[in-house]
Amino acid sequence: MRNPLNTKVQEIKPSGIRKFFDIVSEMKDAISLGVGEPDFETPWHIREEGIYSLEKGRTVYTSNSGLKELREEICHYLKRRCNLEYQLKNVLVTIGGSEAIDMALRAMVDEGDEVLVPEPCYVSYVPCVKLADGVPVTIELKAENDFRLTKEELLAAITDKTKVLIMPFPNNPTGAIMEEKDLREIAEVVVEKDLFVISDEIYSELTYGRTHVSIASMPGMKERTIVINGFSKSYAMTGWRLGYAAGPEEIIQQMTKIHQFAIMCAPTTSQYAAVEALRNGDADVENMRDAYDKRRRFLVARLREIGLDCFEPYGAFYVFPCIKGLGMTSDEFATKLLEEEKLAVVPGTAFGDCGEGFLRISYAYSLERLKEALERMERFVARHKNN
Amino acid sequence: MREQILKTIDKNSKIEEADLAKMLGMTEAAVHEEIKRLEAEHVICGYPTLINWDATNEERVTALIEVKVTPQRGQGFDKIAERIYRYDEVESVYLMSGGFDLTVIIEGKSMREVASFVSQKLAPMEAVLSTGTHFVLKKYKEHGLPLVSVDDADERMLVTP
Repeated sequence: MRNPLNTKVQEIKPSGIRKFFDIVSEMKDAISLGVGEPDFETPWHIREEGIYSLEKGRTVYTSNSGLKELREEICHYLKRRCNLEYQLKNVLVTIGGSEAIDMALRAMVDEGDEVLVPEPCYVSYVPCVKLADGVPVTIELKAENDFRLTKEELLAAITDKTKVLIMPFPNNPTGAIMEEKDLREIAEVVVEKDLFVISDEIYSELTYGRTHVSIASMPGMKERTIVINGFSKSYAMTGWRLGYAAGPEEIIQQMTKIHQFAIMCAPTTSQYAAVEALRNGDADVENMRDAYDKRRRFLVARLREIGLDCFEPYGAFYVFPCIKGLGMTSDEFATKLLEEEKLAVVPGTAFGDCGEGFLRISYAYSLERLKEALERMERFVARHKNN
Repeated sequence: MREQILKTIDKNSKIEEADLAKMLGMTEAAVHEEIKRLEAEHVICGYPTLINWDATNEERVTALIEVKVTPQRGQGFDKIAERIYRYDEVESVYLMSGGFDLTVIIEGKSMREVASFVSQKLAPMEAVLSTGTHFVLKKYKEHGLPLVSVDDADERMLVTP
């Protein structure tokens, strides 16, 4: 029999998270700080709207690009929060931010085009670039820069084949953000070198003491940026699978074409719920942000108390402490921590090779859970510190 | 900063000062001082526990009483409200807008105990014009927290990207 499989797909490595997930699942009564989704439930008024849409029998397809009223609300939102002016034709509603990433890459990348991926980062960019026949070129972000992308790092990675830069900020797993001055420098290079940007801003509502700025709002950037956002993190709606892309009409049009053939449309119930989220959800977002912020401060303070080096993350809901002083790799640390203290955290290497020496710790957990987990971590570090 | 402290302990008064300090980016001493001040100023008035008595063997009856009163010259409703809230049986007293003046919430061991409080203590007060008693059948939520058991198991997978 012939090989039934596509070579490109076969060559893609399964995510490092998956491997770790399998180990954790085997372990009875382990506690975890390993998740990448909010611990809050979707606010009730948003769920009510979803239920109401079902009661009204709104159970049919929407237009390919998404409900008109939802796209209108998305335009209002992007104007209100990011100072970005878009019209309906600039917006595509997708199945989570993940689909938008995939669609954007497939719509923009030709075979052999290089796509710059700053690492550590979310696990799907590199595989999606490969599936789009592009060549992923990773840029190692550095702890000493607070894991921000610098102009010099960007310039060093650009070749004449470079077409797209992925900007994953606020960042999963590091919690790093890019502020206006940082973005301005990057934007200048992007314009000068005639690149395009896919800006994954799924954590845009979760920044602490710093306001989120979209790179699309920098001079000359709107026409070369696809902004990706969604409802999963900001409104605690991961299971609803709803996100969107906003950008230049010609790119959105081609993305919509692929979306139309592959997906048809994003889930209708979720779209109605999302309209409510954008219209009346600001207070919920603020409450959740406030709760995350308290846990973030608690976690950073405790990790430093324990003696782990930890830069101050201003975004998302992760901290990314350094464990280099303990003479273990990230993988060894995470595995031993799980075996000895039954505490699961994700090794930094799951998000790129340069995550070596770091751990991703999520604070999408109650204070009680964080306290218990940090006591386990403290025992573990104390035990291994002098070895 | 005091509002931050109050918001944080509003739903959880058991939170330790050391943790509170870390969460708010303050020193433990500063948090301690501020809480002492809030207590002294009677902004923090107490630290009760929210108990679902229905889940225990203890018999409890709660009644909500609508009370119409005559306000007293120079003292408005405060005087009569005080005369009512000083009784131990009285759980809460609110001055209301609308068709009656005071909402009085009474906790007793039995309906008879509540009824006797209303008929012998509350209704005969000179300023009280009328009362309307409503017994609580079931409590679902108080102080922003559900009293009936809710399924709050963490259904998330243990590790996700």
